[in-house]
Amino acid sequence: MSTDAAGLGRGRAVGFVLPALVLIGVFLVFPALWTIYLGLTDYRLTGLEAAEPRVVGLDNYTAALGDERFRGSLWLTAQYVLGSAVIGQAGLGFSIAWVLRDRRGPVKRVTEGLVLLAWILPSSVVAFLWIALLDRDEGTLNALLHTPGLAWLLDHPMPSIIVFNVWRGTAFSMMLYGAALANVPPSHLETARLAGASTFQQLRDVVVPRIKGHVLTNLLLISLWTFNDFSAFQITAGGPEGRSEILPIYIYNVALSGGRLGFGAAISFLVLIINLVVAFVYLRLLRTRREDARREVAAP
Amino acid sequence: MKPALVILAAAVLALAGCGTDGGSGDGAITLVITANAISGGKNAESADWTKQWVIPRFEAAQKAKGRDVHVLFQPSGVDDEQYKTKIALDLKSRTGADVIDLDGIWVGEFAQAGYVKPLAEVAGPEADSWEGWGQIPTAVQGLGIFDGKRYALPQGTDGRVLYYNRKLFEKAGLPSDWRPASWQEILDAGAALKRAGVPIPIQVDAGTAMGEATTMQGALPLLAGAGAEIYANGKWTGASQALKDVLGFYRQIYTTGLGDPKLQQEAQGRDKSFARFAEGKIGILAEGDYFWRAVIEPKAGVAPMANRDADVGYALIPAARPGAGIRGQDAVSMSGGAVRVLNPFSKNPKPAWELLSFMHSAEATAAQLAGAARITSRTDVNDQVLGVDPMLKFVSDEVLPVTAYRPPLAVYPQVSVALQEATADVVSGTSVDEAAASYQRKLEAIVGASNVAR
Repeated sequence: MSTDAAGLGRGRAVGFVLPALVLIGVFLVFPALWTIYLGLTDYRLTGLEAAEPRVVGLDNYTAALGDERFRGSLWLTAQYVLGSAVIGQAGLGFSIAWVLRDRRGPVKRVTEGLVLLAWILPSSVVAFLWIALLDRDEGTLNALLHTPGLAWLLDHPMPSIIVFNVWRGTAFSMMLYGAALANVPPSHLETARLAGASTFQQLRDVVVPRIKGHVLTNLLLISLWTFNDFSAFQITAGGPEGRSEILPIYIYNVALSGGRLGFGAAISFLVLIINLVVAFVYLRLLRTRREDARREVAAP
Repeated sequence: MKPALVILAAAVLALAGCGTDGGSGDGAITLVITANAISGGKNAESADWTKQWVIPRFEAAQKAKGRDVHVLFQPSGVDDEQYKTKIALDLKSRTGADVIDLDGIWVGEFAQAGYVKPLAEVAGPEADSWEGWGQIPTAVQGLGIFDGKRYALPQGTDGRVLYYNRKLFEKAGLPSDWRPASWQEILDAGAALKRAGVPIPIQVDAGTAMGEATTMQGALPLLAGAGAEIYANGKWTGASQALKDVLGFYRQIYTTGLGDPKLQQEAQGRDKSFARFAEGKIGILAEGDYFWRAVIEPKAGVAPMANRDADVGYALIPAARPGAGIRGQDAVSMSGGAVRVLNPFSKNPKPAWELLSFMHSAEATAAQLAGAARITSRTDVNDQVLGVDPMLKFVSDEVLPVTAYRPPLAVYPQVSVALQEATADVVSGTSVDEAAASYQRKLEAIVGASNVAR
């Protein structure tokens, strides 16, 4: 069997791949290595350390791990990912896809259109709308609920940005699950219904085993996106007093507003590692699932 | 296909990059001025003056000398901290405007980072022989000096006072020419305003969302009133009794309903406090003279008050008790001021210096005033305009003699943040002792335990 399916020859194949590799090297690998280096220095945006940064070894890392603000931020990020992505977006996205699976016509199109609209609007526009909605003094929500002066963004900053992010990002899960549900053979569901299975039993025993791969892929993607999501900054800026300061905002506040670029780089590297761990766990789950499936097929 | 597209995109970007060079070949040069000012928004009068007065006149003057110079103004209308980050990033990447507006307190850290250089080094010896130096008082020149070298031209200085709404005071049965002599009298007035139904009797900036405003309008004047400076005799003030007094005063305002703690946490809290004052919902507000000339100014202000001169009173910020302030004073203030620097990476440093010195000439300074209140850096101009506005005269005659300045050290902004966090703690209900202890810990981490005085 020939390994050169395209018939390019080694030289031309390298020629095709090289530009991409160079770009990846320049824009991805080099900055990543640079971040690791910066994380070992006391580099600052201004002051003496901006002109002559010193290597301080692992000081930034020990400082970060001992910093209650960092640990608090990590915990807020976990809440944000779990609440808005894993439970909110995936749950709501699946529910909408399930309810709309057999529908045709305007209801489906309008619902999908609205959910999609929340996803495709520019984030600065969306943030402005949400501030107008939740504002303490002239907010729409307070006008609707007749609760003047209720400061949603100050009293409940985390729930506010979690609900915001659910609203913002549900479209992706909805579309992915919509496509996945189309793969579930209607005959299986019908058989289950005839056998007297409840909706829950149908979901558990017919639908979920079919779309497990989609679920995992979806959770992997939205977890990583949400973990690195910065758009909440435009609504609360991490406030009040850091109570909605998820990691990306924490890094921005520390590195750019606070000028501690070296420390910020160290945190960024920690975030990169957390991302890799999350991705690794999901990929492991995906692989065991595929192996299970293969074994099932192989079994007589 | 994909790499080819990417290469194409890279090529387009590279070509586009070539178009941003300053010179256009025919001897014409372009200079850029930037400031945190924008027409119709923040510091609108400064933006309008730059565009309508400075640029046409400077271009005409250069043309008369046979030089083709274009000047552009790059406006901005954001929080001071964001503006600072933007300028620092510009200078770090060796780009940015030729003439840059900065807060005087940033000069030290920018100089240490190599982002700004002494004027004489950028522009040559004519910077030191400039006619204007003789007109600028030494204390004001100090705003642009770091390590004994002149880095910037000061635009002027300012002072902090307590503004009060005379209509609300009348409603609460308080005197229309209020002169509080102690912190207790401020609290008493606040209580009277509260009884009269004023929603926010007292607003003293607190918390981190307000940024440097918290330190400058709140924590530092109060600290001075308690008899301490943030930095004195080579040591930073830690959790001393004076600091605890300041935090105690904050606590009294914000836990007894005399102030609105939520307003201190909002991302746009300071702008909202301006709007609330203009709407007649705040009784007493601690602010700089900026508030008078740029915020509630009847015509160009961001929160204009049509009857400002009649409705708004101003008083010196009293010490905690008479004689308890720094240097034994009865009243205190804090001062700072904006400066302008030359970009050391400018391609046209000499014309840029001509532009900068033109912006600071007596004629230009007087034109910027246009009848409005402002303590300029130049005594020749102040002599002409003093007395036009009673507020200007008040700041110049009564506030500046009792004022104090922030230490021009690069580490100061971090200390300032620690102070803001301490005020945030007490406003949200933490006890004074806990907030002070946490401040002491942060301060020791920033400047080293041996540099902290208790």
